[in-house]
Amino acid sequence: MSTTKKGLVIDVRNLSVSFGTPGGAVKVVEDVSFGIAKGECLAIVGESGSGKSVSALATIGLLVKGQATVTGSVLFRGEELLGKPESYMRKVRGGGISMIFQEPLSALNPVTTIGEQIAEVLVAHGRGNWKTAHAKAVEYLESVEIAQAARRAKQYPHELSGGMRQRAMIAMALAGEPELIIADEPTTALDVTIQAQVLDLLRRATSERGTALLLITHDLGVVAETADRVAVMYAGQIVEEGPATDVIRAPASPYALDLVASIPSYARRGKGLSTIQGMVPSPANFPSGCRFHPRCRFAIDACATSVPPLEQHGSGRTVRCFRADEVAAGAKATRKGTVAK
Amino acid sequence: MSGVLRAFLGGGGPKRGPKVSLDGGISESPWGQARRRFFAGRMGPLGLGILVFIFFFVVIGSALLPFNFYHVPQPDQITFVGRGPAWGRPFGETGLLQLDVLTLVVNGGKASLAIGFFTAIGSLSLGTLVGVIAGSFGGKVDSLLMRLADIFLMIPTLFVVLFLARILQGAHGGGIWTLIFVFVAFGWMGIARLVRGQVLAIREMEFVEAARALGVRPVRIAIRHILPNAIGPVVVSAPFVVGGAIISEAFISYLGFGVDPATPTWGNILSESAKFLQQGNWWWMGFPGLFIVLTSLSVNMIGDALRAALDPRGAK
Repeated sequence: MSTTKKGLVIDVRNLSVSFGTPGGAVKVVEDVSFGIAKGECLAIVGESGSGKSVSALATIGLLVKGQATVTGSVLFRGEELLGKPESYMRKVRGGGISMIFQEPLSALNPVTTIGEQIAEVLVAHGRGNWKTAHAKAVEYLESVEIAQAARRAKQYPHELSGGMRQRAMIAMALAGEPELIIADEPTTALDVTIQAQVLDLLRRATSERGTALLLITHDLGVVAETADRVAVMYAGQIVEEGPATDVIRAPASPYALDLVASIPSYARRGKGLSTIQGMVPSPANFPSGCRFHPRCRFAIDACATSVPPLEQHGSGRTVRCFRADEVAAGAKATRKGTVAK
Repeated sequence: MSGVLRAFLGGGGPKRGPKVSLDGGISESPWGQARRRFFAGRMGPLGLGILVFIFFFVVIGSALLPFNFYHVPQPDQITFVGRGPAWGRPFGETGLLQLDVLTLVVNGGKASLAIGFFTAIGSLSLGTLVGVIAGSFGGKVDSLLMRLADIFLMIPTLFVVLFLARILQGAHGGGIWTLIFVFVAFGWMGIARLVRGQVLAIREMEFVEAARALGVRPVRIAIRHILPNAIGPVVVSAPFVVGGAIISEAFISYLGFGVDPATPTWGNILSESAKFLQQGNWWWMGFPGLFIVLTSLSVNMIGDALRAALDPRGAK
């Protein structure tokens, strides 16, 4: 948003997604805008049900037509993707925008070898025929630091460890030489030690190639380590967006503040983990005004009646809060919260 | 086949582990795992052994003892009681035409096994094709195909089989192919429903979405990603279809609507023998009956073992 429009690999503007339900259309993503430059990593953070994954799926047109209504604009390499025919999108998927899924065991075909699944992506994007693709697949496995790649290529997903499977998924995503990779919670299913390795690999692989990375996660630790910029989503809206270090060090929206406070930290050892009270509201009945106000420690009367706009806050940051300046300055909570500052 | 022999000789034998290559790596496809589990059990290899034995017995036997209904020598004397098993005619002789029962059984077996296997191949292929198309395309195609399956299921199969068998037999002069045709025409629906259900479940799985997210073509997704993962239940049901067709043939031939006695099948041998069972020709009915029972038993054992081998929850 704050970056110049030029040079963005992907530029999503006012993306809204609603699902038709028996009780009428339900808007799960509202007015989401973000852009990612070449080689940059944007993380979208939010609780389950905040619309992170749906935004990503909408971006590459993987939501089922007839079930989801997508409006707004998704510019990829300067071209509008929304409304493009399936045949065009198929070329974009994998070749222009790739996706890495959360659970590598279920995202890999159990009865096909790893090598063949990578080769398949190569062939689908005209990057070789079946004869050459298998050899190339081994190269991609090597590039994601899988030892004995030639042997691993002939193995099946169940024969690889979780970390190796996710590396194989990354190899598959890289195989089409895309300009953007969407990683939907790529490390949630992995051990903590493996998480760091996989994230590091993903970040290196993308920055070496100049690939943009859209990282979807609910783990702020992951964001701090990996992302250049972060967009915090709550109840289908972006509540704060900006450089990752700034946002994590000094959140300006109450939700981001509480999220950061809920990260377990050594400095707060011995005290209970802090939580955000309440639940993410259901998209069928979002609260009036600011969607976070029923759970917000800083809520004022205006929050219940009018929706705060997403406004510029300092350099390269936007925040959706009436009291952004006060929150950033460390204002006292207006009601008793669970977070001891 | 070594697994079969081992199962016979060594009562199951040592349990085989996955192939371990020299560098210590293990590579085995899910199909390989299933195969290993199949041969690690007792019932599967035993059933397969019996079936293979019957198969060779029938193929070799019918080559050595050909049967031509129109060149059977007229007996000097018509008797109702045939001659019982003895040296030179281990299965005895029938009454009336005094045919060698062994010759009848091996030639009948050739027809019965052909009916079983070709019915299975035909109905499984047709059912899988219909199921994959219905499941993958969905919408109108799906509704149309499934309503067609419903219509076929609504028709009382036995009546149609008897009726069509008689009509088609009349038109084509009798033979096993008309029966196979009828069995396939009325045997694909269950498989089609099974496969469709599998396809509907598997196409929602994450690896299918992942393949779509990486730009793999829909046809390739259907063939390489959905079908191989949906085929397990079809493999399991295959032996039961074989057994079912052999028994149905016997049943229909017994009623006199099946294959013409000029082409012996286990079913029509039974049918003929039943007329003279009271005269004491136990071998006439006993040997073909035994082969039907053995075949049916073996395919059921194979089917159960396949189900156990392909069900990961039952993995040993």
